[in-house]
Amino acid sequence: MTSITLVRRIAARPSIVFEALTTADGVAAWWAPDDLPALVAEVDARVGGAFRIRFPSLDGDEHEALGEYLEVVPPRRLVMSWRWVHGGVAEELDGVSRIEFELRPIDIGVELTVTHTDLRNDASAIIHESGWADSLARLSRLLEGAAERI
Amino acid sequence: MNYQHRELDRVFSALGDPTRREILARLEREEPLSISALAAPFTIKLPAVMKHLDVLSAAGLITRSKTGRTVDVRLSPARLREAADWLARYERFWSPALDRLAAQAEAKEAELRQSEAPNE
Repeated sequence: MTSITLVRRIAARPSIVFEALTTADGVAAWWAPDDLPALVAEVDARVGGAFRIRFPSLDGDEHEALGEYLEVVPPRRLVMSWRWVHGGVAEELDGVSRIEFELRPIDIGVELTVTHTDLRNDASAIIHESGWADSLARLSRLLEGAAERI
Repeated sequence: MNYQHRELDRVFSALGDPTRREILARLEREEPLSISALAAPFTIKLPAVMKHLDVLSAAGLITRSKTGRTVDVRLSPARLREAADWLARYERFWSPALDRLAAQAEAKEAELRQSEAPNE
């Protein structure tokens, strides 16, 4: 079960961060890479609602991904599916992944945890592997050590 | 399904267990280790350790080789490298995206605070 977790502490109240995750303007402003503006950002942030983003890359190509909202709990939690329909990561064109955003209020604002999980093998593995975030953090430290050794 | 991906899934699920990560961490510090040396610090029994070694070996994370009467266990770093590369690729996408998200939210927060602040 391939999965990655990132944690960011953001000095803003949860409602602001949640809005950046769930509005077209918000998404368009940060999701597209390389400081190029998104070409399309469509966000219907309710369970079953659609997500669509299309953006250019520096090589002149365009990439488009579609998703569906699976859980929407403002301003705490957002879960969506993700699949490339154009460009993107070639080896993932046939796959659906899952992106989870968890917002935890902290003194300075929000601790945002993003987990991107590959669903290629077995969707039930998600549940099976819950608690994976901690192990992943430890794992990446282990991997960093291993990478230096090579 | 993509072959490399299946291999990678096997690596990640092998790494999902704390005992197996501990085994890898020990091999990182000191290798080769015999199976009994590897098993020594664990409270679990030798057959259980052997099972973990089977999983790690099937995932391509370790190699076992016989020298005389002992089996030497070594790390096989190529697969770990692949897993690290996979993580790095996602990190390359997500890390700057979250930086932009944070910058955007923090600017909004500052703006809002200014408008909420009592007139000076």
